[in-house]
Parts: sequence; C-alpha cells; structure tokens
Amino acid sequence: MPRPEDLKQRIEAAIPGAQASVTDLTGGGDHFRATVVAAEFAQLSRIEQHRRVYGVFGADIGGPIHALSLETKAE
Amino acid sequence: MSTTENPIRDAIQGALGEHEVLLFMKGTPEAPACGFSARTVAALEALGAPFAAVDILPDPRIRQELSTLSNWPTIPQLFVKGELVGGCDIVSEMYESGELAQVLGVEAPADAPDDAPAAAEPGAPPLQIKNNLV
Repeated sequence: MPRPEDLKQRIEAAIPGAQASVTDLTGGGDHFRATVVAAEFAQLSRIEQHRRVYGVFGADIGGPIHALSLETKAE
Repeated sequence: MSTTENPIRDAIQGALGEHEVLLFMKGTPEAPACGFSARTVAALEALGAPFAAVDILPDPRIRQELSTLSNWPTIPQLFVKGELVGGCDIVSEMYESGELAQVLGVEAPADAPDDAPAAAEPGAPPLQIKNNLV
C-alpha cells in the first residue's frame, strides 16, 4: 500500500527540483492529494503539468493509487 | 464513419464530435458514483452550462480507450469541442478563476458561488468504491 512519503519521493525523484507535498485523503492508502511545485511547469500548460505528474506513476494510477488529486505550480 | 476493429473507440470519437461539451464520468449527472465526478458535474451545473455525459462504468473498455485517446489516466474528463479541458482539479481551478465559463461560452449566473461547488469535500473519496463490473 503506497504511503504519502512514497509518492512524494517518486515525484521529487522524477521531476528535477520539484517539491511535493502529499496527503492521504482517506487514510486508506489509495486516495491522495499532491501539491507539486516545479520550475519546469512554467513551460507547460496546466494539462501538461498534470500529465507530467501522472506520468511519474504510470499504471499505478487506477491501480494501487485509486485517485490522485493534483495542484501544480511553477513557483 | 468508417468501421474499424474498435467500436468503443469509434463510439467515443463519435460522441466527441457530436457534443460540444462532453463529460466522461463515473455514474450519471443525477447519480454520480464518485466524489470527483460529482464535483465536476456540480461546477458545470453551477454555471448553467449544458453538457452531455457518458458513464464509463458499464464497460471497463470505455475508460481504457478513453485514457489511451486522451492521454489522461483518471476520470472524470471534460471535453469542449473535442479537446480535453481537464479532470476535476483543473475544472475546479478554472471554475474559480472564471476560465471555465469562458471556455464553455457561458456567463456565470449572478448566484453562482465563487468557490468551486463542493458536491463532496475537495478531493473526496468515491461515494461508491465497489465497481461491480470488474
């Protein structure tokens, strides 16, 4: 069962310079909310920013990670 | 429309061509089966924007084909004029910034709340987790 710290580490490892804060919304280990700040987002549309974060988890989204609510920012 | 080996993808593309504002969701606007879908429906309804909806739950292949087509892994997905606008988070952000009304080509009603309507708590868990189809 993924933990918020695991998600945070995966995001920060995959997106250079990213800072992520992740919470488990239900305590059930499958519904998360992440706020991700990364400089590279400045070049991306909001859809592309979310795709970038979802892309970190690939097929885990919809699998062990049932839901990942996102807020992304460039600064 | 040409017939291919993939009737579900054809049906999705057909629906996207047919409906200017189309929401792929879990459940129906009247009975959403997930908090995120409920919240997205509530944002559209608060703006009084007409929209068509497709329930992806009846066949797991709908979600699979949709996500392949849109390169977006989660549900709901809102499309305007065949283009993906976003999921629940983006729709809620755009509601609050006024961009959603703009994209939908509607005037926000005077009584529309400033905050995205919380049909459920922000980032709420699904109202119904069990999917009987899988």
